[in-house]
Amino acid sequence: MSTKNWPLWEIFVRSKNGLEHRHCGSLHASDADMALENARDVYTRRNEGVSIWVVESKNITASNPENNGELFEPAQDKVYRHPTFYNLPDEVKHM
Amino acid sequence: MKENLYNYILGIADNSLILGQRMGELCGHGPSLETDIACTNISLDLFGQVRSYFQYAAKIAGDGRTEDDIAMLRKEREYKNVLLVEQPNTDFAFTIGRQFLFDVYHLVFLAELQKSTDLTLSAIAKKCIKEVSYHERFSSDWVKRLGDGTDESRQKMQQAINGLWTYTDELFHQTDADKAMVEEGIGVDVTKLKESYSNIVSELLEAATLEVPESKWFQKGGKEGVHTEHLGYLLSDLQYMQRAYPNMEW
Repeated sequence: MSTKNWPLWEIFVRSKNGLEHRHCGSLHASDADMALENARDVYTRRNEGVSIWVVESKNITASNPENNGELFEPAQDKVYRHPTFYNLPDEVKHM
Repeated sequence: MKENLYNYILGIADNSLILGQRMGELCGHGPSLETDIACTNISLDLFGQVRSYFQYAAKIAGDGRTEDDIAMLRKEREYKNVLLVEQPNTDFAFTIGRQFLFDVYHLVFLAELQKSTDLTLSAIAKKCIKEVSYHERFSSDWVKRLGDGTDESRQKMQQAINGLWTYTDELFHQTDADKAMVEEGIGVDVTKLKESYSNIVSELLEAATLEVPESKWFQKGGKEGVHTEHLGYLLSDLQYMQRAYPNMEW
């Protein structure tokens, strides 16, 4: 019997229209079609979604945690870059 | 009690109940996490469907038996499912082959049952058909993948189709209850489904580079309660709790 593993896929589900797709997990599948079907069974059987994206994990380029300092910290000490001085009306959701 | 209608509903429901139990056996035992979940999802779909049928049957029986009594407490010879659905999960190819050979039938059957003059049955059929379309897509895809896959997977898939083929003709046999219900416009004339079934199955097997078995000899008996040796074992699992602790409740 072949024991070769299927490639890994990252699954993104849009929970309702108007919202963005969010990463919800990963699974194994031999190709994109199977990844979609598996994602349907694994992640959307309880009414969680209206749309699914699948991306093979090897196609994702991730930032290196060792570079977190130079990548992210400079933004933290400049308060004027943070839009925190506005009062958002309640009607504006998902901001 | 409307004897024919009652028996007719049981005939439909038992197919899904027994196949649901077979797929449920794979919970925690599927070949991969993803297929394990897919198979048990199909199982849960089927159990959901049979509840509607057995509730209706209980109403028609009108003798105080509940949906659970009818589903769980009959003896082997009183189950009317076709032999195909009780065949064991020999390997994944058999599981998929059995599912595929039944799903194609199930789908053409429900498409007709939607037109039943019995409003309850037609409503149940309309509700079930979306789920069953997905089952058929899932099992067809897998037959194609395995048939058109490696030498080993092709050989196993062919073996499964060959082994299960002898149980396919029974799907189109009519019982007395079938005939009576067709006459009343309630039931589906299954003899008329055979052609489209054969076409869909042959087309898919060809797409999967598999051979359509040529055997002309077929098994029958399930619809009359005469089952293969596998059903007894399945029922002893299914009924264990109620037999060991009669009237127990969760």
